[in-house]
Formats: sequence, C-alpha cells, structure tokens
Amino acid sequence: MSIASHESEHVDAHTGTSTTGHEWDGIRELNTPLPRWWLWMLYGSIVWAIGYMIVYPAVPLVSSYTKGVFGWSARGAVTAELADLQSARAPMVNALAAASFADIEKDPKMLAFARAQGKAAFGDNCAGCHGAGGGGSKAFPNLVDDDWLWGGKLEDIQQTLTHGIRSADPQARAGNMPVFGEGVLKPTEISLVADYVRSLSGLDVAKGVDLAAGGKIFAENCAACHGDNAKGNLELGSPNLTDEIWLYGSDKATIVEGINKGRGGVMPNWGERLDAGTIKALAVYVRTLGGGR
Amino acid sequence: MSVKQQQARESALEAKGVEPELYASRPKIYPQSVQGRFRRIKWIILALTLGVYYLLPFVRWDRGPNAPAQAVLVDLEHHRFYFFFIEIWPQEIYHLTGLLILAAVTLFLMNALAGRVWCGYLCPQTVWTDLFFAVERLIEGDRRDRMRKAGEKWNLETFAQAILKHWAWLMIAWWTGGAWVLYFADAPTLVYQLATFQAEPIAYISIAVLTFTTYFFAGYMREQVCTYMCPWPRIQAALTDEYALNVTYRYERGEPRGSLKKNVSLRESGKPAGDCVDCHQCVNVCPTGVDIRDGLQLDCIQCGLCIDACDTVMMQIHRPTGLIGYDTDINVKRREAGLAELPARYLRPRTIFYAAIIAVVGSSMAYALATRVNSGLAVMHDRNPLFVRLHDGAIRNAYAVRLSNKIAEPRSFELRVEGFEPEQIEAAGGTRGANGWPVLAVGPDQTLEDRVFLTLPRGKAGAREHHDDDKRDITFILDDLASGTSIRVRDHFMQPSGEKH
Repeated sequence: MSIASHESEHVDAHTGTSTTGHEWDGIRELNTPLPRWWLWMLYGSIVWAIGYMIVYPAVPLVSSYTKGVFGWSARGAVTAELADLQSARAPMVNALAAASFADIEKDPKMLAFARAQGKAAFGDNCAGCHGAGGGGSKAFPNLVDDDWLWGGKLEDIQQTLTHGIRSADPQARAGNMPVFGEGVLKPTEISLVADYVRSLSGLDVAKGVDLAAGGKIFAENCAACHGDNAKGNLELGSPNLTDEIWLYGSDKATIVEGINKGRGGVMPNWGERLDAGTIKALAVYVRTLGGGR
Repeated sequence: MSVKQQQARESALEAKGVEPELYASRPKIYPQSVQGRFRRIKWIILALTLGVYYLLPFVRWDRGPNAPAQAVLVDLEHHRFYFFFIEIWPQEIYHLTGLLILAAVTLFLMNALAGRVWCGYLCPQTVWTDLFFAVERLIEGDRRDRMRKAGEKWNLETFAQAILKHWAWLMIAWWTGGAWVLYFADAPTLVYQLATFQAEPIAYISIAVLTFTTYFFAGYMREQVCTYMCPWPRIQAALTDEYALNVTYRYERGEPRGSLKKNVSLRESGKPAGDCVDCHQCVNVCPTGVDIRDGLQLDCIQCGLCIDACDTVMMQIHRPTGLIGYDTDINVKRREAGLAELPARYLRPRTIFYAAIIAVVGSSMAYALATRVNSGLAVMHDRNPLFVRLHDGAIRNAYAVRLSNKIAEPRSFELRVEGFEPEQIEAAGGTRGANGWPVLAVGPDQTLEDRVFLTLPRGKAGAREHHDDDKRDITFILDDLASGTSIRVRDHFMQPSGEKH
C-alpha cells in the first residue's frame, strides 16, 4: 500500500490493528483484515464463475457469443420442456383426436381432459373476439346461447372452427348479407322492411307504419335467404329474424345499417393453426359452456 | 467462563480504563451425571416423547377401503390430514390454528404454574440434547474424563471413542429425520422404498436436512439454542409472576456459603453459617452451565438436575434437602422479611384466565369436530357473461358448483334451488331424481366440479325479493339422499336491467 509505505506503520493501541494511513482530524481508519470465511467465499465464487463461463454461454462476441461446452441455451430449454409436455400429453391428445364426439361425451376422463384443454385453447385463441366467457359482443357471436347461425351441434362447431366463416379456406362457410342500399332498395323501402323485421320478434314499431308493405318487400328481397317465415337457414348462415338474439343489435338504426351496407364478419379457419384434437376439445368446451343447440 | 468470572474481568478492565469486550466466546460445558427424582422424571419423559415420535407413524387405524390406514398421516399429495378418527381437509386448516392457540396458552399456563416446565422437560431441543449427552457419557465417560480428554492430544482410545460417539449421534439424528418423513406417507411402504432406494428424492432430502439439524443442534449448539436462538426465555421472563414455582436456590438458608468444616465450626460457635458447602455440584450437572445460586436467569432451563445434585450432597452431609428446590418469588421475599411461607397458590387470576382460554378453545374445537358437516357445496356465479339471453327470450345464468363428499363412501346428492321449478335447473352429467331435481354422484372422499344452468322463461320470474332490479337472491340446497342432511348456499340470479320478467 503506497500511502502506508510513505508513513511509518501506525498500529492502533486499543485494538492492535494497523491503520490504513488515512487520517481525518486525528481519526484514523483501521485496516481491519477481511474475515477469512468471507475471503474464501470470494475465491470460491471466482472459481465458480470461471467454470460457469466455460460450460455455459457467457461472452458476447461481434455477431455471436461463446456457446459453452454444455451447449445449453434458454431457447433449447424451452423447446425441450415443450417437447416433454407434448409427449406427456400425447396419449390423451391422440385419443381425443381419434375419438368421436359421442365417445368423448361418454368417457368422464376424456370429457374432463377435453374441457381442460379446450378452456386453455379458448383463452389463447378465441377469447380475444368472443370474450373470456364466450359471451361475445356486437358482431362477435355469443357462444353461450342457443342460437347458432351455422348449426350448434358438435360436428357443426368443429366444421366452423376448422374451416372458418368467409375465411381464405376453400371449404369455409360462405354466404353473407348482401348490400341492399346503393340503388337496390330505396331508403323508404329499407325503413319499411326494417320495421317489418322488428315486428316479427315483437319489438315496438312506430304507429301508422305499413307493415304489410314491409312484408311484401321482405318476401321479394329477403325471404330467399331468411325464409318465408324469416326463421333463417343454417346452410346459408342466415339468422332467424323472429327470435330475441341479435348479433349486431335490434334497434332500427342498426337493422337499417345492416340492410344498407350488408354484413359479413369473418371467423378464421383455425384448422390451419390448431391440431384436430384441440379443435375437438374447443368444440366440447364451448358446448359445456352452455352453447350449441 | 462463568458469568461471575466474566463480570470480574469486565470490572477489572473498566478499572484500567479499557472498555470491556462485547464478545465472549462460548465456554464448553461438560455436564456431570446425576441421580435423583428429577433425573428419573426426565428419563421417563424422554422415553415417552421419543417413543411416541419414532413409533407413532407405524400405528394403524382402519378407515375402510377408500382411505389410508395410518393413524397419523399428513397426506400432502391428496391434501388430507388424518389423526386417528379425525380427518381434515385443507379448507379446515383453522383446526390447526386452534391447536396452535391451545399450544401457546398451555405453554403460558405451565409457565404460570411451574416456570419453564416446557424448556426443562419437554422441548425437543432439551430431549434430544439430553439423549446426546447420555450417548456421550456412555462412550467418553463422565465430566472429569471428558474434560481430561478434551485437554489431551489425540490418542488411539480417544480417537476411537470420538468416532464411535459421532457415529452414534449421526445414527440417532438419521433416525430422527427418518421418522419425520414417515408422517407424510404410508410408513411401512416408505420404509421399504427408502431401503430399496425407490423413495421420492424429497424424502431423502428431508432426512438429510433433519439428520444434519438434529446432529448439529443436539451435538454442537446445545444450550446456545436456548440462550441465543429461542424467543421463549425472553417471553417467559415477561410472563412469570411471584407466585410461579421456579427452580430456586434458597440463599437465606445457603448463605454464607463455605467449606463443610468451616461452616460446621461456625455453626457450633453460634455464628451464622449457611448450608451451601460451595461444592459446585449444582453447576457441574447443569446442562446449560449456569450457577443457580446467582438466581433465576435466562440461561436456566429449569430442568431440576441441580435439585437432584444438591439433595444428594445434603443427604451426604446430613443436612435437610431442598436447599435448591421449586419455590416461589413471594416465599423468597417473605422469608427474607422473616414472614411465614405461603402454601403454593395454583388458583390465581392468571392461571384461571389461561385455563379458561384453553377450555373455550378446546371445547370449540371439539364441538367443531363433533358437528363437522361431511358434505360441502360451493357455488360461484359466472362472471362473464353474467347472464345469457336465449332465442325465446328466456334468461339463463350459469354457475360453477363444487360438491364435496368428506366421507369414505360414494354418495348421491340432490341439487335444488328455492323458487325454481326442477326443469329450470340443469346440471351437466346429472341424472333426474324422483322429484325431477338433478342428482349428482360424488366419489368417496372426493369433490365434484360441475356446471349448473338456471333458466327463467320470459315473464315467469315472479315477484322479486331483492331491491335491486338486476339481481334476485336465490338459495341452492344440497340434499344428501342417504342421510337427509341439507346444506344451503345463497347466490344470485342476474337478469338484464329493466327487463320485464
């Protein structure tokens, strides 16, 4: 120590410990040696660190890094864990993919697994549009109710999930609400038919509206898809206009908007992203939420 | 270094103008063997407590084919605790709280009656340290031998003895850890698995940790656990009173102490002479190395061994025994003031209060256990969505329900909802009972989670019982079909605001 060597070695009388040579107004700093256990831990840590740098990824290089002799990487660890998970789940997943819906519903263990897997997959993939509980919102169907545009049987739900609606999939469910504004129907006609449609499910209609005229416009323009009795058509995905469930809303302005501009929301074709077992599990899960028909 | 030596050194240093050191290294203690009443009590308690600890896991208790047959079992895997005829589920953990309250207040009561009974006789630290002392004495000899050997260089004999002693200690410690894990699994099976190296790693790790702590605390730390680590001596000092029995040196009888010959001659010449012959037997036998003649002190665990040692000496010199004995502070003061001793007063506000707490907590626990409902129902309303409108305008609410069957037999339950018709409730996986309500089967000692739908058709809701337009109070009722007992759980039925229902 350079400072100490300049001055004569000073030893504190009280403790018998030498001082560092620093002095402030007569107060000297004791040069207390570090405890030996502490020093050994420090040396041990250094040895450990050297070993660690050799076996694990450690030093950043220009475009890479030292890989370490163990060849460990965080991404590799995640991949291995995911592979472990997949292999642990494999028997049940394969059984699920192979089983029919009837078999799944009969076997409590399989049903529980399908529900659990469906719940996780729903949260990851479906909740964004349909809500965490499947309650839906405007333009995104409620999956918990009993009104299903394209059919609410497990097979129908599986079909919709796999190929989507108006998606890029060639087998996607197709058919949309055409545009009736822009010259097809006059605004007064659209207003009349909207009032007529509201009257079908018992909603209030302004007094003096000519419902018969609305009915005539409906028969000429709408009944082809929605049916003469306006109860919709599962093949075309055309909604039942006589029930109490409205995807976009039941107020007149919303109905007029739909007739004017048409409707056609898109459900992605999940067959591209999810395996058959997961889609089955999702169908089962949605059904046990209370949905389907 | 004894307390007195330490104090003498400190005062000498202060006289020289040097500040006393704040650190004192631990003097090693070589307790001497002793015979007598309290030693005998301690041996009996040691045998009983260790016997219970080591053997209890092997006691069987038949609970039928669907439950484990071990009398005391903490089944972490299945979340159950079994204690003979008692079975506790995780949500009944308040029984453990009650047990801890009982333990604490019993400790206070023992303290109010007879000082540190827990420390001196019952504490695991005391019991295991006592056992380790016994092993040490058996192998390396009594106090004098051990002190001599500690001062000598190693030789073949002392080295062999040391090896044997540590081996014996480790075996006891290992057995202690081994017995611990047996409380967490079927004991005979686990013993077999441990012996054939098939047990879970956590079993081996637990045994290793407890082997180490037992060996370290009972072999090396010993009285330091009591004097430095344990909070109880500090709390105990604040809880004691002048009527509590404590191990006491009757100094008005013992002082002035002196050699036997000197005191005899003093007594014969009519001068004051105490009974204490300053033989240090009380200090030599003390497992924590205190001098009881300095009075009640934090390091003293009140094991009573000094009473045995002193009584032995008193009988040898033909003086009355009881120079050291269980005595109260009030009597010490009264004798000092020349007053007559008071008989022991066990009934005091303090002891009555503690006993009352024990009685209240104990009987509440007994009542809770005796009237324990062996089925359970938990209902949780779906939060998203709160309700669903069906195509015909009906409103449906969904609930997650969990049924618990806390007995070892399968059972069937009927689920009803007050104010609803049977067909308005739907339970997934349930059958319909005689009255049309859903019936759910729950396996032995299991729970069943299910989804339940309640549907009210448009215009059928009837009068609302709740002030809030959006929500009605409803009550779920779960009937055990076999016993006829029912559980009621309140919840809500939600509906659109302002809806004409």
